Amino acid sequence: MSAENTSGRQETAAPGSAPAIELKGISKAFGPVQANKDISIRVMPGTIHGIIGENGAGKSTLMSILYGFYKADKGEIFISGRKTEIPDSQAAIAAGIGMVFQHFKLVENFTVLENIILGAEDGGLLKPSLSKARKTLLELEHEYGLNVDPDAVIEDLGVGMQQRVEILKALYRQADILILDEPTGVLTPAEADQLFRILDRLREEGKTIILITHKLREIMEATDTVSVMRRGEMTATVKTAETSPAELAELMVGRKVLLRVDKAPATPGKVILDIKGLRVVDDAGVERVKGIDLQVRAGEIVGIAGVAGNGQSELLEVLGGYADATGDIQVNGQQLDLSGKLSDGRSRRARGIAHVPEDRQREGLIMDFSAWENTAFGYHRDPAYQSGILLNNKAIKGDTEAKMQRFDVRPPNPALAAKNFSGGNQQKIVLAREIERNPDLLLIGQPTRGVDIGAIEFIHQQIVALRDKGKAILLVSVELEEILALADRVAVMFDGHIMGERQSAETDEKELGLLMAGVGS
Amino acid sequence: MDFLTLIQLLDSTVRLATPLLLACLAGLFSERAGIFDIGLEGKMLAAAFFSAAIAALTGSVWLGLLAGIAASMAFSLLHGLASITFRGNQLISGVAINFLAAGLTVLIAQDWFSQGGRTPSLMGGGRFEPLILPFAESIGTIPFLGPIYQELISGHSILVYIAFAMVPLTWWVLFRTRFGLRLRAVGENPGAVDTAGVSVVGLRYAAVMICGVLCGIAGAYLSTALQAGFVKDMSAGRGFIALAALIFAKWRPWHALYATLLFGLFGALETRPDVIQAIFGIKVQGALLGALPYVMTVIILAGFVGKAIPPRAGGEPYVKER
Repeated sequence: MSAENTSGRQETAAPGSAPAIELKGISKAFGPVQANKDISIRVMPGTIHGIIGENGAGKSTLMSILYGFYKADKGEIFISGRKTEIPDSQAAIAAGIGMVFQHFKLVENFTVLENIILGAEDGGLLKPSLSKARKTLLELEHEYGLNVDPDAVIEDLGVGMQQRVEILKALYRQADILILDEPTGVLTPAEADQLFRILDRLREEGKTIILITHKLREIMEATDTVSVMRRGEMTATVKTAETSPAELAELMVGRKVLLRVDKAPATPGKVILDIKGLRVVDDAGVERVKGIDLQVRAGEIVGIAGVAGNGQSELLEVLGGYADATGDIQVNGQQLDLSGKLSDGRSRRARGIAHVPEDRQREGLIMDFSAWENTAFGYHRDPAYQSGILLNNKAIKGDTEAKMQRFDVRPPNPALAAKNFSGGNQQKIVLAREIERNPDLLLIGQPTRGVDIGAIEFIHQQIVALRDKGKAILLVSVELEEILALADRVAVMFDGHIMGERQSAETDEKELGLLMAGVGS
Repeated sequence: MDFLTLIQLLDSTVRLATPLLLACLAGLFSERAGIFDIGLEGKMLAAAFFSAAIAALTGSVWLGLLAGIAASMAFSLLHGLASITFRGNQLISGVAINFLAAGLTVLIAQDWFSQGGRTPSLMGGGRFEPLILPFAESIGTIPFLGPIYQELISGHSILVYIAFAMVPLTWWVLFRTRFGLRLRAVGENPGAVDTAGVSVVGLRYAAVMICGVLCGIAGAYLSTALQAGFVKDMSAGRGFIALAALIFAKWRPWHALYATLLFGLFGALETRPDVIQAIFGIKVQGALLGALPYVMTVIILAGFVGKAIPPRAGGEPYVKER
């Protein structure tokens, strides 16, 4: 490690003169994939710079290069006007760069203080480091309004607090440049607003912030300038004040994108799903769903909004047939078995329920299996897939290929393993499998998590099309924007209860955000 | 059961607990850093052989100890290469080390000494002799406390005292030093350590090598202190019992001491069925006592006595992610 000669922090940089960060011609390839192509940006000190792009556009690769995780094949990095080599994270820290990852890098059973000093201790013994950190932490909290209990154990803190700890970690290492990777993914709207206030405060104190996101709204609200990335290239850098969400979306995708879902008002028919007094207790004995009532009618989309972990997943699991519950659920007027022999996925499918699980990589697909094998799962008893006692692989492959064509899966190759498709195309494989069975009730969790804008548009259209065929759809999503765009009716879950139901045309993010935070209806 | 029998029983408990304790602490360092080590057994066995062999050849037990530690560390290095550098499966690497050690020790023993896979019996300077603590003789005459000092506390080999001193030392290193903080962190979330600019690989190698040193001492104790020479498979499952003790202790140093003392007591009782008969009035098969550590570990793992949560990143090779 050569921290001494690579640490490019200039103590005496004239304010406003040199850019805080300047990247010149950064290129990086992983095998045949060009993740970053000749990328250059300049970020001035004391500004918030957004980087927006679809999944796989190369945003994270670029930031990983800046944080020393990867070495660029070509290109130069200048920090405060001085050329800097960043071979590893230690050099990045020494150069005054701090990073808040999407998945926090915290040791869950350590205290806040221990996490903060980890890697930045002052000597071989912990005691002096801890007491020094405690003092510094107080100062930082005071300076930036970032209050957190230094002795709290991380796993006892909420995600918003954990993110604060990540920011404090960077500040403790005297970071002048803060990179935040998709920071609002796990936050409630209120927590996100709070984060943006913190970022504002940091900017006022002269810090430079890079905000990576795929959410247009955040870019418009929080940033001064924004760069758009598409397929490894930087397609534009503009002043936020001089652009619009529509323009940014077009730059991201490379064509015009509908930001609103185009749909006619719903015409709800008879009740398909009727839930009464549903309770779910998990393996650890904790009650996760605490008596909810909910109806979904034919021809309507009901959205379940809420911060992850408030019982939505358990609701889907019960309906999908892989968790036990007590209470009463009727589908098409017939009782569902909630804890007995017929409480499984096969029986549920027989009752006309199809399920697109929240975590497609764990529950929706087997990543190492091919697309055609994945397409057969759950429906492998279909007579069309049989040939005597064997599976008729040829028929399955043919069917899969037809489905892939109809759902625009790229590449439309049934023999390719699921893991080799992009997130959007994986989701389309699952959707095609479930929707094409023409279910009466479609359960769909996080339909567009990790899916790029182009594919989101397509997936939303398919869901609306199914609704217009008179099917009932129960949608669970942590993306409030998605719920508002897609659902006809919204129920908000908090702590296992339904806090309230709203017609989506008559509510807004602010009202739902309050419900999501458990503030009464 | 009279007082003297009790003292004798506890004395043999200490002797039998010592190799378990050393191996348990060895496993603690490794597993706290996220490297599961099922190869404690093999490392102990290799160390037992090389200690005895070198002690027999040179007549110096200290050279023997060093050779044992070196052999154990060599196996640790192998485990490190397989599971840290090449990100292999830690269990498979451990199993391989156990087989390798079992075969290699007998093979080399036969080649060097031609005594049916044994080393010659160690004598004089080739063995760790009991240390008589100061005033053991004179204090020994005091009733009650005297025999405790003379028989139980005094009169063990130096390795026993080292093993017991390792308990507070391990605790101090883990919970009071920078190295310990990082070591614990790397076993829980290596990503946090990596992004903090600390080498995950370096820390894990350090932990695995410490594990090697402690296993080496444990093995040397078996062949040069507990017994006088190496015999085939002399570790006799102690590495696995140490792993059981580690789970029983929930990866905490002081609890490791208690667990290994308890398991040592089972071992001591195994050789004294008369004591059990005297207390409970029933005859218990020795083998049953030998199985007790495993039974208790199964009970612990089944969650009957609290929850044993291993280090969260344990067993997983660290791959940098974006």
